[in-house]
Amino acid sequence: MAREKKGDESSAERDALAREQANAAGGESEMDLLLSEDGEARRRFLKQALIAGGGLAAANLLLHYQTNVAAQTRASANLVSTQTATAGAIPVTLRVNGRDYALQIEPQVTLLDALRERIGLTGSKKGCDRGQCGACTVLADGHRINSCLALAAAYEGAEITTVEGLARGEELHPVQAAFIKHDGFQCGYCTPGQIMSAVGLLHEGCPPGMTVRECMSGNICRCGAYNGIVAAVEEARGAKA
Amino acid sequence: MRAYLPAYELVVTRTLEDALALLRDEPGAWRPLAGGTDLMVLLEAGRLEHRKFFSVRQLAELRGIEESDGHVTIGALTTYTEVQRSRVLAREFPMLVRAAGETGGVAIQNRGTLGGNIANASPAADSPPALLAYGAEVELVSSRGSRWVAYADFHTGYKQTLMQPDELIARVRLPRPREGARHFYRKVGTRRAQAISKVCFAGLAELDGGVVREVRIALGSVAPVVLRCRRTEALLRGRRLDAESAGAALEEIAKEIAPIDDVRSTARYRARVARNLLAEFLAPPF
Repeated sequence: MAREKKGDESSAERDALAREQANAAGGESEMDLLLSEDGEARRRFLKQALIAGGGLAAANLLLHYQTNVAAQTRASANLVSTQTATAGAIPVTLRVNGRDYALQIEPQVTLLDALRERIGLTGSKKGCDRGQCGACTVLADGHRINSCLALAAAYEGAEITTVEGLARGEELHPVQAAFIKHDGFQCGYCTPGQIMSAVGLLHEGCPPGMTVRECMSGNICRCGAYNGIVAAVEEARGAKA
Repeated sequence: MRAYLPAYELVVTRTLEDALALLRDEPGAWRPLAGGTDLMVLLEAGRLEHRKFFSVRQLAELRGIEESDGHVTIGALTTYTEVQRSRVLAREFPMLVRAAGETGGVAIQNRGTLGGNIANASPAADSPPALLAYGAEVELVSSRGSRWVAYADFHTGYKQTLMQPDELIARVRLPRPREGARHFYRKVGTRRAQAISKVCFAGLAELDGGVVREVRIALGSVAPVVLRCRRTEALLRGRRLDAESAGAALEEIAKEIAPIDDVRSTARYRARVARNLLAEFLAPPF
């Protein structure tokens, strides 16, 4: 168990070392395991909790655990399936950024919560959770919607696009690049929604006689980066035209 | 994610027939969910008491805008965005288009529906005053059949409508106004965009040589329901539009509305603005 390596070890190695030392000492606290990113440790803890009859706490953990698995699996599988033990869950397949996600979710789960908590795509942000701020804006079949006001189950069959679906590898979407160029943000929280709204604007069009500000109505920036946002959207529109 | 959310049921009905069968078999048990821009706000706030919903947004039967000789008929699922993009509505029903453009932001306009705005029965909604001024009729369908009702009779009290528990709003029909009619729509809110109205006014007037042939006046946010001001209209109809008749109308409308003090405005302000908007509507040049 003793490790001689010092100095230049990576943080991952340090974490592994710490765990090994903890195991060696026989002292594996719940907190250590919860903080650990190690799936094996989570599973072990879960098993212990279930054996101990941990009731609600275990059920909640189960949900979190499975979300984690979904997020991990996402990278490798084309069709991701989560199996939650929640009562009332129904099978719903969502098509997000060109990939199908087979979920087991309750009917009242919003599209935003499905994206963030079940699929693990946390780019779409939760601001007001009532359709007033636009931080959760995504595209459904190319049109802007507030994902916080949409029930996931009602969007089966729709082509959902989130901010994660814009870039092609390292190559940014023109709207993303324009936001960086024109400093279209400060804190960044509203930015995914602003960007998705701008991409939606390019697709939906901004009717003659209406300004970019009007056609971006519904996306609020608390930092007040509107000048940069408008400049970025103007440039992206110009590039497209 | 919220820590606690009660369980809801959502059924996705594939056809209008299926939806109506659901309403027939358990009247009152299931309620329609269209764009969700009103209901989902209540759900998020934990204030959506009803628990069983059926999604209607996939029902093609309730979509589309059709023209006939005397009318333009609008499917209940027509969104505010679709209202704004319709050529015939822009040409003949500009108040409805304006109302759609002043409702929420773009993402709301992409999903909020005309039928939903009617069914939600808010006295502060933006499109109902325009619908009232245009003399709209609403088609209610059920497994028993279909009936057309005057929209002016539709709202029977605060958040109350004349709909039966097995009925669904299918279409809205607007008689085409005469060319040269005056259309006047103004929504007064805290801001020019993204605000709920303090007062909303819609007026349509058709004149023959200075005489009011037809006039319809409707207001939002000044009564428990969106209000068609029939007494004020009656004072104007058939009369020459001048300072005297306009003055009488201004006096009458003050008696006809019943604004209240609430979080968005005061009764006094609303009464004053309602009067000012009517004055602007009736002002020359005609």
